[in-house]
Amino acid sequence: MSAPNLKIEDLRVSIEDKEIIKGLDLEINGGEIHAIMGPNGTGKSTLSAALMGHPKYEVTSGKVTFNGEDLLEMEVDERAQAGLFLAMQYPSEVSGITNADFLRSAINAKREEGDEISLMKFIRELDKKMDHLEMDNAFAHRYLNEGFSGGEKKRNEILQMMMLEPKLAILDEIDSGLDIDALKVVAKGVNEMRSPDFGCLIITHYQRLLNYITPDKVHVMMQGRIVKSGGPELAQRLEAEGYDWIKEELGIKDETVGQEA
Amino acid sequence: MSVDTSLRFDKDYVNGFSSSRQEPAWLQELRLQALELAQNLPMPKPDKTKIDKWNFTEFKHEATGNPVAFNELPEDVKALIGSEEEAKNVLVIHNGTPVYFALEQAVKDQGVVYTDILTAAKEHEDLVKKYFMKSAVSVDENRLTALHAALFVNGAFLYVPKNVELSAPIQAVYYQDDEAALFNHVIIAAEDNSSVTYVENYLSTNENTESVANIVAEVFAGSGAKVVFGAVDNLAKGMTTYVNRRGRAAKDARIEWALGQFNDGNTVSDNTTHLIGDGSFTDTKTVTIGRGDQKQNFVAQIFNHGKHSEGYILTHGVMKDSASSIFNGITKIEHGATKSHGEQTERVLMLSEKARGDANPILLIDEDDVTAGHAASVGRIDPLQLFYLMSRGISKAEAERLIIHGFLAPVVSQMPLESVKKRLVEVIERKVR
Repeated sequence: MSAPNLKIEDLRVSIEDKEIIKGLDLEINGGEIHAIMGPNGTGKSTLSAALMGHPKYEVTSGKVTFNGEDLLEMEVDERAQAGLFLAMQYPSEVSGITNADFLRSAINAKREEGDEISLMKFIRELDKKMDHLEMDNAFAHRYLNEGFSGGEKKRNEILQMMMLEPKLAILDEIDSGLDIDALKVVAKGVNEMRSPDFGCLIITHYQRLLNYITPDKVHVMMQGRIVKSGGPELAQRLEAEGYDWIKEELGIKDETVGQEA
Repeated sequence: MSVDTSLRFDKDYVNGFSSSRQEPAWLQELRLQALELAQNLPMPKPDKTKIDKWNFTEFKHEATGNPVAFNELPEDVKALIGSEEEAKNVLVIHNGTPVYFALEQAVKDQGVVYTDILTAAKEHEDLVKKYFMKSAVSVDENRLTALHAALFVNGAFLYVPKNVELSAPIQAVYYQDDEAALFNHVIIAAEDNSSVTYVENYLSTNENTESVANIVAEVFAGSGAKVVFGAVDNLAKGMTTYVNRRGRAAKDARIEWALGQFNDGNTVSDNTTHLIGDGSFTDTKTVTIGRGDQKQNFVAQIFNHGKHSEGYILTHGVMKDSASSIFNGITKIEHGATKSHGEQTERVLMLSEKARGDANPILLIDEDDVTAGHAASVGRIDPLQLFYLMSRGISKAEAERLIIHGFLAPVVSQMPLESVKKRLVEVIERKVR
């Protein structure tokens, strides 16, 4: 398996004709964990949704390649098949489909017809990963995300990631609404995945998740662009001092995308 | 609308048809009277569905099937009834001819009558006469009920004596592979404190040639009796269907309907239960998938006459392509039905821009001291759900398939019979692919 590579060049994304991402560049390779930080409303979640192909977001210009292939030309399911994964901030609830059936469909979608995962093997894998995430096995038989608490949904996103073994995962505010114990569990899941064949982009407001998952690179996003990049020390400084020093340094008055003329 | 007075079938034809089958005189007479009514009565008028262009009256009437041994039954039929070991009580009617029949001796010994309705009309004349289109479905309701009486070809008759409780389901398969019409009549009479489960499957293969189905099922549950009635309709595109399934429940009786309505052609379906006796109970669960350009009209209605009677309706329907359906749920609580209860839920999921679904819960209450409730929803598939599923590598078609199964699952999982559940999942699977 070759190491994954995601390359974003001058990406611009609009929602309902309003530009949110305004020329963003980023490259992530296998073995690397990147964190994008930034205050609310700076375009972080838009970036993750656009990369996955969310129907409401329109890429107006720029280029994204994933392992050399044009990601923007692919349908949502093709992006996933190529190895991209998005742990969503607000996962949908789907009634009537159990978590286990859904996961098995997703795993089999990647496999050739006639080469479906055996039920026994699937159950073994699922049990193992649920144990790892300290999830009650009953969740396998509950309808997909239906009636799950915020924290349960987040764990379920990580469970899906571990079962599907993507080459590159984007975790969109996976830490929001999690208590410290849940946060550790989620971090454990991500760290378990760490390998030269796996890249990860963590989108977060807060530094605290990064206490448990040490990023290789930290980027700060404001006004729909990456305005500053650095190593893990950047996250620590943000935690200690907030974002104001960056705004000052760059002469930014309002960091959000909305207010800008 | 012009009234079509020149029915293809006249008195001589009906006379000859009845004679050729050596029917008893009362039945022949009933058919002739019904034919006359058919010439004068108006067509049924389903709410919000225009059927004046639908063909219910022009068809080839007769066809034949040949009796076969179990292993000669078509695979499609065998798949429905299970192995010979499992299918111990089953009637198979092919093109109007009973072609296979099995009934356990132990069941017979308890006085249960289960046979095709023509045989019953000869051998159990009084019983058939007592129930046939008397109080559940009437001959003179409209042109099509009259036409049904005049021309019904075959069907099943099931009689369960007092206090007899049958555990194994009684099965029937009606399949048609001729372009001839399917005129089928089913009577289930469960005497006081008896208990029976009946499961029927309708199957046809006429995709392109036009044909007509005119189906009646009449269910009578005596005091304290319990009838579970499962049906899976799976008639092909060429079939225009008019189906009435009606029940009458006496004191403390219970009728449970589990209906999978999966016809591919235009369909008008009426499922009505009269809760006559005090403490009677009925529960109607239906699932439906519409596809292609078919139009359908479904009525599920319950009349509470008896005190402390309870009626429940749960309907989930999926509309694909440019299919359109009306779902009317009607709870009618009659004056004097004190302490009775009615509840209904209709939910419709539309998969495409052109699909149409219309859910109308109707509560008609003529008594103060009752409780009733309803819920209805009609909606399109949620694009965010699709996005979520597809973001895990699942194709759009597969995602839709999962969402449809999921949407119908709350009804399917509550169906009272494992065999019906299994069959429903299979048919749903075939329809959503």
